[in-house]
Amino acid sequence: MAKVELGTYAQNTWCPGCGNFAILNAIKMALGELNAEGIPLENIVLVSGIGCHAKIVDYLNVNSFYSIHGRTVPVAEGIKLANPDVKVIGFAGDGDAYGEGIEHLVFAAKRNIDITMIIHNNRVYGLTTGQYTPTSPLSFRGRSTPQGTAELPINPLEIMLASGATYLARGTSHGIELLKKIFKEAILHKGFSLVDVLQVCVTYFNMYEYYDKRVYELKDHNHQDYYQALNKIREWDYNKDAPIALGTFYEKEIPTFEDRFFLKKNQGTIDKDFKIKELLKKSI
Amino acid sequence: MNEFSILIGGKAGFGIDKASGVIGRLLNQLGYRIYIYRDYPSLIRGGHTFSIIRASKSRIAVHQEKVDLILALNQETFDLHKSRFKNDCFFIYDLEQVKVGAEYTCGLGMPLGEFLKEETAPEIMRNTCIIGALAKAIGLNFDVLENVLKKEFTKDIDLNIKVALRGFKESKELIKIEPLKQESLPLLTGNQAIAFGLIKGGLDAYVSYPMTPSSPILHFLAEIADDFSLDVIHPESEISVILMALGFSYMGKKAAVGTSGGGFCLMTEGLSFAGMAELPVVIILGQRPGPSTGLPTHSAQTELNFALNAGQGEFTRFIVAPADAEEAYYWSAICMNMSWKYQIPGIILSDKNLGESVFNFDINAVGEIKEETSVSWDRKSSYKRYLITEDGVSPLAFVPDKDAIIKVNSYEHDEFGITTEDPKQTKLLQEKLLRKEKFLAEDLENFTTVKVHGDKNSEVALLCWGSNKGVCVETAKGLGLKVIQPIVLNPFPVKQFQKAMAGVNELICVENNATAQLAKLIRCYGFSVDNTILRYDGRPFSLEDLAEECKKLGLVRKEKTYG
Repeated sequence: MAKVELGTYAQNTWCPGCGNFAILNAIKMALGELNAEGIPLENIVLVSGIGCHAKIVDYLNVNSFYSIHGRTVPVAEGIKLANPDVKVIGFAGDGDAYGEGIEHLVFAAKRNIDITMIIHNNRVYGLTTGQYTPTSPLSFRGRSTPQGTAELPINPLEIMLASGATYLARGTSHGIELLKKIFKEAILHKGFSLVDVLQVCVTYFNMYEYYDKRVYELKDHNHQDYYQALNKIREWDYNKDAPIALGTFYEKEIPTFEDRFFLKKNQGTIDKDFKIKELLKKSI
Repeated sequence: MNEFSILIGGKAGFGIDKASGVIGRLLNQLGYRIYIYRDYPSLIRGGHTFSIIRASKSRIAVHQEKVDLILALNQETFDLHKSRFKNDCFFIYDLEQVKVGAEYTCGLGMPLGEFLKEETAPEIMRNTCIIGALAKAIGLNFDVLENVLKKEFTKDIDLNIKVALRGFKESKELIKIEPLKQESLPLLTGNQAIAFGLIKGGLDAYVSYPMTPSSPILHFLAEIADDFSLDVIHPESEISVILMALGFSYMGKKAAVGTSGGGFCLMTEGLSFAGMAELPVVIILGQRPGPSTGLPTHSAQTELNFALNAGQGEFTRFIVAPADAEEAYYWSAICMNMSWKYQIPGIILSDKNLGESVFNFDINAVGEIKEETSVSWDRKSSYKRYLITEDGVSPLAFVPDKDAIIKVNSYEHDEFGITTEDPKQTKLLQEKLLRKEKFLAEDLENFTTVKVHGDKNSEVALLCWGSNKGVCVETAKGLGLKVIQPIVLNPFPVKQFQKAMAGVNELICVENNATAQLAKLIRCYGFSVDNTILRYDGRPFSLEDLAEECKKLGLVRKEKTYG
């Protein structure tokens, strides 16, 4: 099968060494493979928020919805509900998904709606030049917190598990093969999936060395088991030094929102004027 | 009898609203034209709730202060409304709940609780019992009521009929209401008419977070979703509501959202996004008294300025303010059509007075609603979502299409939808967004966007918009005045407004707000008002209120004399 060209003419404006390149390359590989395995590219819609991460949709020659800050999730949900046959992949930053838009993330997980969220979690605001985010460690010195933050980070995977997400994984921007593998799994998973990517911002929070020393791939982990998943998710709290597990934490298949929500598809066959007149007669 | 009004009141939780619906239907059977004004507080149980059911030989869309008959289920109803009596004797009350003064003993008191106990019916059926008494009091045959009850109630029908019959038997005739020889018309709330209009306009999905006075649209559409194959969704917030709707819109599904001012505040980033990304969406903005939470269950026309200006940046929007059920139906459909034809957000300005009042609805009196088609991609050249065109409207394609890549973008973008900061592209895009307004305005010349009512030769005219039309038209009729009612508020229909103003020497603006927002708007187009009549206590004008205000201003008919 001919290799599909997934790039666009848009000039890439990420900093050299930016962790976003790994996500871009991994998603290109994942989409190429999924296409070869029978998922037509026209059935894929990419959604992004606003931030460095979001430029990814300009760099991919695939249907896309370049949305606004914090709002990737509801857009993705609307697209999915409009046509459940479409695969919807949302890209969002940590400030975007875990900050401004966390309410949507919690509810999408609660619904177990079949969309995939890929979080470019660099734990710093890049495009607005270096402020702390919901996952920055305690005492992080950013431009809005020059004395260091006075609040602990959240553990997004723990929140997602508690909210009802049915696929949870983590990768890093050093590790494209693993990223490709979990992106594919997440996209193919039927239900709400989220991949937290420890994507490094070389300019404002260069964590390559820190992560390289601590990451390990999950082995002998039963990702069907909620409590094993919870334990592994809690091993590192995005603050204190601890081993950082990568790979699939949790995967469970339960009915999705679309399964339960009766989607009607026979719009064309309904004589609306007749139905309206019928209902009007009843209201005399 | 040409016209009369009935007031029913009690505590919230007494089923006053249901009862007023039954009474409205009952009078509707007699061929009268109906209008129901509903007044209720923002709570679930307790408080004072009342409705005024007005019946008339001709079409009406406003209530009167004075009433012919009062049905009092509690003391407050009697105390608060006895000043409305036209005739002291015409009231029916619950003897166990209401104490009337010696001067009122001629009213009809009945121990409703006792009747219910004897009929082994629950307390909530006091409303049905008093309606039974009403039917007798106005000289109806019981079978008329029985038929109405069968239509109104889905459960406990037999028991309700039994209870109504008891009330009927215990009652006596007070005023005979003669049936009229005209066909009965359906009864709809403004909200129901909006819902039907959206469906007529091709609605696929309705997304909404509950907020008075628009929640009834959500409830109604959820109830009839299966009949019309609609997706009706209630997400976590108004922010999610509009973004979800834009997701539907991107996929070619016609979506509408409904809210009030507070929810619309949250939607403004989505509104601006819809403008930039050229994603059609219809927003129902049910106004209410503000600022902030204000009076949640009452009525006002406070959001015209907000609707005109909400959202950052400059883009085209369509704003329409229907006044009654027919206009709500017609313009909701047109709003959906225009939103898709021009790929712009459309806003329907409603309020509690329109949304929750009950009107007769004559579908045959509604003008023809032409189906509008969005411009589709010709498939000849490679697809560009934002192709620059003469009228600013780019052809549409939808996912999945194996020959098209469809990219929408909130940033400034090129024709393909890729982000750009290029000044030339930025200018081109801005002009494209605004060019649509010019073509939309031209298109709207094919519609009656400014209505003229009353005496067209009068030099004195009332200016109104939205739900104030009913009261203005009827008041003007009495005084021999002209009424000018712009229905489309953006793009402002300058030509038609100019035409309507011909011969007018004195223009009085009637609005349910404190700052005369429409008066300000017309000033931008070179028109000015001579006086304003404003009501901003959260209540709409009654017929008497406006007549009184007109009298204060000494408004009388004047006609230009020549020679």
